[in-house]
Amino acid sequence: MIATESLSKRFPRVTALDRLSVDIGPGVTGLVGANGAGKSTLIKILLGLSPATEGNARVLGMDIATEGAAIREQVGYMPEHDCLPPDVSATEFVVHMARMSGLPPTAARERTADTLRHVGLYEERYRPIGGYSTGMKQRVKLAQALVHDPKLVFLDEPTNGLDPVGRDEMLGLIRRVHTDFGISVLVTSHLLGELERTCDHVVVIDGGKLLRSSSTTDFTQTTTTLAIEVTDSDTHPDGTAAVRDALRGRGVETHHEGAGLPGAGHILLLTAAGEETYDLVRDVVADLGLGLVRMEQRRHHISEVFTTDTAEGSGHRGDEQRKEAVGHGG
Amino acid sequence: MAVEQHLTPPPGETTRIHDIGYRGYDGPRLGRAYARRSLYSQSLRGAYGLGRSVKSKVLPMLLFAVMCVPAAIMVAVAVATKAHELPVAYTRYAIMLQAVISLYVASQAPQAVSRDLRFKTVPLYFSRPIETADYVRAKFAALASAVFILTAAPLLVMYLGALLSKLGFAHQTKEFAEGLVSVALLSLLFAGIGLVIAAVTPRRGFGIAAVIAVLVITYGAVSTLQAIAEVRGHSGAIPWIGLFSPVTLIDGVQSAFLGATARNPGGVAPSTGEGIVYVLVALALIAGSYGLLVRRYKKVGL
Repeated sequence: MIATESLSKRFPRVTALDRLSVDIGPGVTGLVGANGAGKSTLIKILLGLSPATEGNARVLGMDIATEGAAIREQVGYMPEHDCLPPDVSATEFVVHMARMSGLPPTAARERTADTLRHVGLYEERYRPIGGYSTGMKQRVKLAQALVHDPKLVFLDEPTNGLDPVGRDEMLGLIRRVHTDFGISVLVTSHLLGELERTCDHVVVIDGGKLLRSSSTTDFTQTTTTLAIEVTDSDTHPDGTAAVRDALRGRGVETHHEGAGLPGAGHILLLTAAGEETYDLVRDVVADLGLGLVRMEQRRHHISEVFTTDTAEGSGHRGDEQRKEAVGHGG
Repeated sequence: MAVEQHLTPPPGETTRIHDIGYRGYDGPRLGRAYARRSLYSQSLRGAYGLGRSVKSKVLPMLLFAVMCVPAAIMVAVAVATKAHELPVAYTRYAIMLQAVISLYVASQAPQAVSRDLRFKTVPLYFSRPIETADYVRAKFAALASAVFILTAAPLLVMYLGALLSKLGFAHQTKEFAEGLVSVALLSLLFAGIGLVIAAVTPRRGFGIAAVIAVLVITYGAVSTLQAIAEVRGHSGAIPWIGLFSPVTLIDGVQSAFLGATARNPGGVAPSTGEGIVYVLVALALIAGSYGLLVRRYKKVGL
């Protein structure tokens, strides 16, 4: 789908991409990096909108330098920022965008109705976009990227600004774009964990350099981290400590990660070996007569990965840390 | 690619929406020229508020009516009094109502470009087959056409009225054609200036104020200077001063070549040499506006 070869982009004072060579196949690919890692720059170059300083790339087998218009006809793009005029309805807007992609008027209207339905916008699509929630706006942005039935879509931070439920719905939708619609996806995020669930393949870049490119099955072999919070009771004034001790009695060690964060003293982190860990936690908490406030898979922020890296210093150690952090995502 | 899930309706249910799954699109993709045309027609309709909210139709439609009503009254007067000439020449009409035209450009130029900048819709256009120049050309052509409709419609009313009152077909047709050439040039010039100013700011209010300032205030300033020159007896300077405002520029071009009477204080028409300078300046401004717009959008890009 996409192949870049020592692709570089230098601005007068910043190097956004530094000899990036990566091959991306069909399916859902996550592009992960901290803010400023070069994700958006890469998308701009791949769309043929901004020339690369050196190196070359092919999208769908076409050269970005010479066949930009042909690429853009077969590719969809959902920007990170807001891009919707508030005073028109979703239908009008998406029809217009479909025509801008070259669809004849009738086809543009049919495809718009179909696409809006697929992204989950129904009656509200006739109302002006200004009154939509963030989640609905994100759906309209996704619809305009899909309306011309591209072979490949670039989704730049599609889960930005969404609440956890909206985030999950969006990720499910992205998964469907590939499985049901047959469209390959390149999706960027700074949250490694959420991409891990959605993507077949993850590419991690930092400072314009490729850090890692591997299929998500590599990651899923490692285990996940659980965060637990419990109530206190009269018999156990410090419920957290009681659970920690009880778990240790059953042979499960808790981590001390996240110490110093607000409320960290009340949160226990432990490595989940599988379904049985969840049951164990439930039983332990129930036996102690405490309330389980929360039990969730812990999401790791990509920046944590890099800060740990620099803190640890040595490259080898850093790599292990990164792998662990990737595994923790969820 | 498409996954189809045909659901058979249970007996008794005849109307039901079927989830037929995702359908791909194998039809034609009409490419850049078609996208440019679509953007042009969408923008032209938008310039009169068509396809937009009721609120945004009010001002353009009102200004259109204000432009046409005096022409209709003149025709009525000419027919009733059996005059041998229309009370106002075709070429004079637009200059007479220049304030209305300026107001229209000031209200619609920001509508055409500032919206896309303000709501950051521009990247969605440029991630599609069209290029920067296509976008600029479509927007420029749309606004120029909209201004042409605004300025040519009253001329058409006058022309039809003149023909109805049998004012001499050949003479009227020639003057009507001259009037059309003049307003066509005016449309391109006003649209160009309006768009360049509006494309600088994503704020609509600033755009409106700046366009009015450039179109109306320069006209006022130039007219004042011309009046001073007339009083001081420097009437030779009047045509040169006239180069500095869009309205007097058009006035100069049409009084040099299109048989119009100059509307400046003193009524000094530019000589043929000066007239050529007028035409060149007008064309340079139009081409310059186009160039500036393309440069501006190259930078806005994605």
